Amino acid sequence: MIPSRDLFPDRAAVSARHPSIMAGSSRAQVMGWAVVALLVALTILALTRLEFSFARLGSGLVQLGTFLGLMIPPSPGTQLVTFSKALAETVAIAFLGTLLAAIISFPIGFLAARNVMTNRIVQFMTRRFSDSIRGVDTLIWALIWINVVGLGPFAGVLAIMTSDIGSFSKLYSEAIESVDRKPSEGVISTGGSSLHAVRFGIIPAVLPVLISQTLYYFESNTRSATIIGIVGAGGIGLHLAEMIRTFEWDRVAFIILMVLATVALIDFVSSRLRLALVGPRVTSV
Amino acid sequence: MSHATIRLPDHQIELLSAGYRREMAQRRRMTLIGIAILMLAVLLSGFVAEVRPGVLFENIGKFTSYFGRIFYLDNGALVFTDMREWFWGFWKWGKQLIDTLLIAYLGTLFGAIFAFLICFSAAINLTPKAGIRFAARRYLEFCRTVPEIVFALIFVVAFGLGPVPGVLAIMIHTVGALGKLFSEVVENIDMKPVEGIVASGGTRWQSIRYGVLPQVLPNFASYALLRFEINVRGASVMGFVGAGGIGQDLIEAIRKFYYSDVSAILLMIIATVMIIDIGTERLRHRLTTMEQGR
Repeated sequence: MIPSRDLFPDRAAVSARHPSIMAGSSRAQVMGWAVVALLVALTILALTRLEFSFARLGSGLVQLGTFLGLMIPPSPGTQLVTFSKALAETVAIAFLGTLLAAIISFPIGFLAARNVMTNRIVQFMTRRFSDSIRGVDTLIWALIWINVVGLGPFAGVLAIMTSDIGSFSKLYSEAIESVDRKPSEGVISTGGSSLHAVRFGIIPAVLPVLISQTLYYFESNTRSATIIGIVGAGGIGLHLAEMIRTFEWDRVAFIILMVLATVALIDFVSSRLRLALVGPRVTSV
Repeated sequence: MSHATIRLPDHQIELLSAGYRREMAQRRRMTLIGIAILMLAVLLSGFVAEVRPGVLFENIGKFTSYFGRIFYLDNGALVFTDMREWFWGFWKWGKQLIDTLLIAYLGTLFGAIFAFLICFSAAINLTPKAGIRFAARRYLEFCRTVPEIVFALIFVVAFGLGPVPGVLAIMIHTVGALGKLFSEVVENIDMKPVEGIVASGGTRWQSIRYGVLPQVLPNFASYALLRFEINVRGASVMGFVGAGGIGQDLIEAIRKFYYSDVSAILLMIIATVMIIDIGTERLRHRLTTMEQGR
């Protein structure tokens, strides 16, 4: 048992002597309960507004149970080759999208970094630009790119690229801002231009961090690339959506397992690559 | 001011610089091989993903003109000239945006609650039994790896169209993402309070309540807020597959070429996401300062 009141027979006396410690911070407690009350009220509001009901949840769970039963055993049917090709396409989309985004975001990251870009207006505009790109989901970008290059995986590559430019610009500029100033000051003090300072003072320090972040994104982009097929931008998502809509549950399960295996594989490869290129030192960044 | 520089004998310099050149040549070779492999991967995946730069360059005008077109009304005027016409559906979309926020909120809250219940079983310092830990971690990994839209697609079939499948899909994904982060926080705590409670005969739940929780709660809240921000973005596209929120109207506007509607809805989404970003950032900042003051 943890110390209970009985173990402190003179609790009242102790609290009288040390009121500041024993009273507890009543203000924090009130705040805590207020937050809980707010959360509960919001939850009730949301549950009623979004039309949750036990009947609906119950019948849905029963349905879901039936689907799960039909998913076993997972089987590709006669479409193993189709699925494998689509999966390869998915990985290719993720790879190209990440790479292109990294190349394009590299200069943007410098433009958005406060310690490199001394022109506040340019820096501010670049930040807002990347914020707006990030506010729009990959699926929406896919829909827009389909209008430009037509249905197919190329639209997917461009979609992944666009939404990653937003994330990379932010991550890169933050990495650049947190870099040690001394090397670039040294370059300047020996007569180098500000471009020299960037090339020899900043890039060597940030490159490992940037590579490591990019590799992380390669893995998460593989996941995003599996879904852009739902709107017609190539990859396994198209087949997945089709199999779900036609109730081919064993194939759905098979595709999901394929995706899980691929993501695990890419996770493994990218963490090995990260270790080889960067060393264990910056993985926490 | 000339110092007498001590120079190594020439043959030793020669030896050292030969070694340096060898090192550098080796590094250059590795870089070249790396670039070659990268190029090969690019070509291969370019082929698989049917990349056609020609098509892109031919149609890049469409991309810019698309952004031009979404800023013109049907009558050919710029959208800014007639705000009422541009945002004709402001109240309708506003309601759907509120639904979207509520979907994200419920998904995050329930996801965080389940993640909270599971995370202690996935932390090595509180669950030494490898079997339970393995099961908990694999479960979280599964929830995290399957994209939420896939769950939404399946749940729409099971639960019917509407926000319910959207909430459940976001919830499951959130369990996976937050469960992992939570368990990492738990693994980094100071174990002394826990040991003290166990030593005085406390049960597992008492040691978590009085030993672990006070240490992790601010971090948990901070991560949950960050996740809420991500989930708002995720909830905005749930409507694409019929799982509620603003996405339904957005995909309809894009597919049916209601250009000015596309820009109006996108701007409303971006504004909402930015407001939520700023709000959660403030809150998280307060949480971290609270933690430091503790």
